[in-house]
Amino acid sequence: MVTPTFRFDPVEIPPEAEELRKEVRAFIKEHEHLMGFSRSSFNRDFSRAMGKKGWIGMTWPKQYGGHERTSFERYVMIEEMLVAGAPLSAHYTGDRQSGPNLLRFGTEEQKNDFLPRIAAGELTFCIGMSEPNSGSDLAGTRTRAVKVDGGYKINGTKLWTSNAHRADYAILFCKMSGKGEEEPDRHAGATQFLLDLKLPGIDIRPVINLLGEHHFNEIFLTDVFVPDDRLLGKEGNGWNQVTSELSFERSAPDRFLVLFQMLREMIRMAGPEPDKATAAALGKLISQLATLRSMSISIAGMLQEGLNPNNEAAVVKDLGTRYEQDIPVVARQLFPTEPELEAIDLYTSMIARSTMNAPRFSIQGGTREILRGIIARGLGLR
Amino acid sequence: MAIRDETRMLLESMTRLFQDHCTKQVADAAETGVFPRSLWDAVAETGVPLAALPESAGGADAEWSDLYAALRVAARFSAPIPLAETMLAGWAAASCGLETSDGPMTVGPVRTADKLTLERDGNGWRLAGVATRIPYASFASRTVLIADGPDGEMAVAFDGTGGAELTPGRNIANESRDTLTFNNIRLSADQAAPVKSGVSRAALYRRGALARATMMSGALEKAMDLAVNYAQDRQQFGRPISKFQAVQQNLAVLAGQTAAAVAAANLGIQALSDADPEREQFFIAVAKTRVGEAATLACEIAHQVHGAIGFTKEYALQLSTRRLWSWREEFGGDPEWAARVGAYACMRGEADLWPMLTDR
Repeated sequence: MVTPTFRFDPVEIPPEAEELRKEVRAFIKEHEHLMGFSRSSFNRDFSRAMGKKGWIGMTWPKQYGGHERTSFERYVMIEEMLVAGAPLSAHYTGDRQSGPNLLRFGTEEQKNDFLPRIAAGELTFCIGMSEPNSGSDLAGTRTRAVKVDGGYKINGTKLWTSNAHRADYAILFCKMSGKGEEEPDRHAGATQFLLDLKLPGIDIRPVINLLGEHHFNEIFLTDVFVPDDRLLGKEGNGWNQVTSELSFERSAPDRFLVLFQMLREMIRMAGPEPDKATAAALGKLISQLATLRSMSISIAGMLQEGLNPNNEAAVVKDLGTRYEQDIPVVARQLFPTEPELEAIDLYTSMIARSTMNAPRFSIQGGTREILRGIIARGLGLR
Repeated sequence: MAIRDETRMLLESMTRLFQDHCTKQVADAAETGVFPRSLWDAVAETGVPLAALPESAGGADAEWSDLYAALRVAARFSAPIPLAETMLAGWAAASCGLETSDGPMTVGPVRTADKLTLERDGNGWRLAGVATRIPYASFASRTVLIADGPDGEMAVAFDGTGGAELTPGRNIANESRDTLTFNNIRLSADQAAPVKSGVSRAALYRRGALARATMMSGALEKAMDLAVNYAQDRQQFGRPISKFQAVQQNLAVLAGQTAAAVAAANLGIQALSDADPEREQFFIAVAKTRVGEAATLACEIAHQVHGAIGFTKEYALQLSTRRLWSWREEFGGDPEWAARVGAYACMRGEADLWPMLTDR
């Protein structure tokens, strides 16, 4: 066969990583009162407690506050936390993508300054990619940096920035002024900065989502001065860097475990002896989940081997978001209820929340269409 | 890391063998009811069909995971031979101390509703009942069946179809699926034995389902390969249709479903070597469920990408898709297996759902 196929080797989690699972479960039990419906809760104390356990920056070098553990151990820790609904939001972005990006492209000074604080659960990062006119088309960023004495002056607007109102830093994606304006060189001048969100000239305003919640924000940057030592990587290398950051973002298992608790609730409602149609509908979802998990473990195996599972991660995210969007659809067919966010009945509030949240699954971190474009490129079609 | 060198070498040599011996002409000819003897002989020559047996029984103590991997390769080439059936027949017979054969074998029952009973008759036995849609029964040099005996399940094995009344049938890929009717057929004492070493009707059904799931993952790889290549060759509106985003997006879905099918089949195969029988049952059910779902979605896209040519007998896509539509239902379709997955999960209860998926 000539078609490149995606690599999902059957990989088993090694025993030392399985040992960790017990420890993580015990920790979760200890913090049971903090567990919720999804990882989106923000709790710095919990993040610090995880940092003390050595569960942030697990695979990073010890010299930067990491713990040099395997990708499998990290995988086990994360999946247990996600399934429990642990409040990971204060460190999740830093652990998943900002830290790895720093590790790859940061200076010694930056790595020494930031990574130990991220790993300790002390420092919250957010993502500075999307803009009002640059969503899927990231290269269309209009935020511009101008070199000035001792640093850069930055102007522009970032949008859909989750947690910006609570975060300490963003990794800002922008372009050097006058660069990359047109095809074929739209990636020219792309640059990333470590942006301290408390700098003068930064104005963060809430954007309320359709659930009525404040998760994302709009960030206005007006003549923000960023010193030279907060340039991340190289001026003009930003496209390469942001692509790498996105591949870190997409290879995490959080794309199909967000609604695990709802699936569990559906099984509870079905009872021990469901009718055949109910059993089949649940069995189909469980089979999808088991398969996604095995594919995700394969990706952990590739990461452990130092490979870049970019295409595979896109496949898992595409399948995973489809599965998660199906959960509330199947739920309403099996167990109809009028959705209500504040319902005392757990299931009714879950269906309300998941129905309203579902659209974002296939938008955040790369839309379904963008992911399928990546997969098509992997097939050699583009 | 995960794929052993021995496995890789086996798969490479099987791929070469099928490239040489399993052309479209061979597959086409088999549909007219001619058994592809030279293909079978070439496969038998490798020892793969009986490789799982212990060396004492003429096998090689091979890993089942390797044999299932070989099935996936055979299915990429739409090989019209009872390779899975021979592997399973050899396993069932040899495990129970019955004789096997070097030729193509078949195995049954393949449907849960079929009932075969074995009664004592002097020193020997009498077999009664109907085994429907037994793969390649017309061509089998030996048939291995599980029947209900007076003290529980018994394995029976005999040459050919052992005097059964044979009603020919076929699936929509024109693979032989024949019904065997046993009207109190007399068997000698050494043609039947109590099941042991994990052999049972349920275990046979599961391993058959896993074989079909694995074969489907191979057929899906082939369908995807054809679709991707066709899209790059076929020009419309002055460019290859692969340059259209709508086509790219469909092919991306096809690739995702194919990858999921391979992963799901592998999950079942991994559980097969597991000591825990409940885990084996659960993950094989997961595999047949997920692969069946993938096949439905993927066949639709593979045909859509091909347009009219894919709908012809001349073009090879149908060799894969007709098998997928057949195999999807054999040894239980995905709705049946999904219901098993769901029923098991509900029986265990919601608190066990996560441990079921993770704990070993």
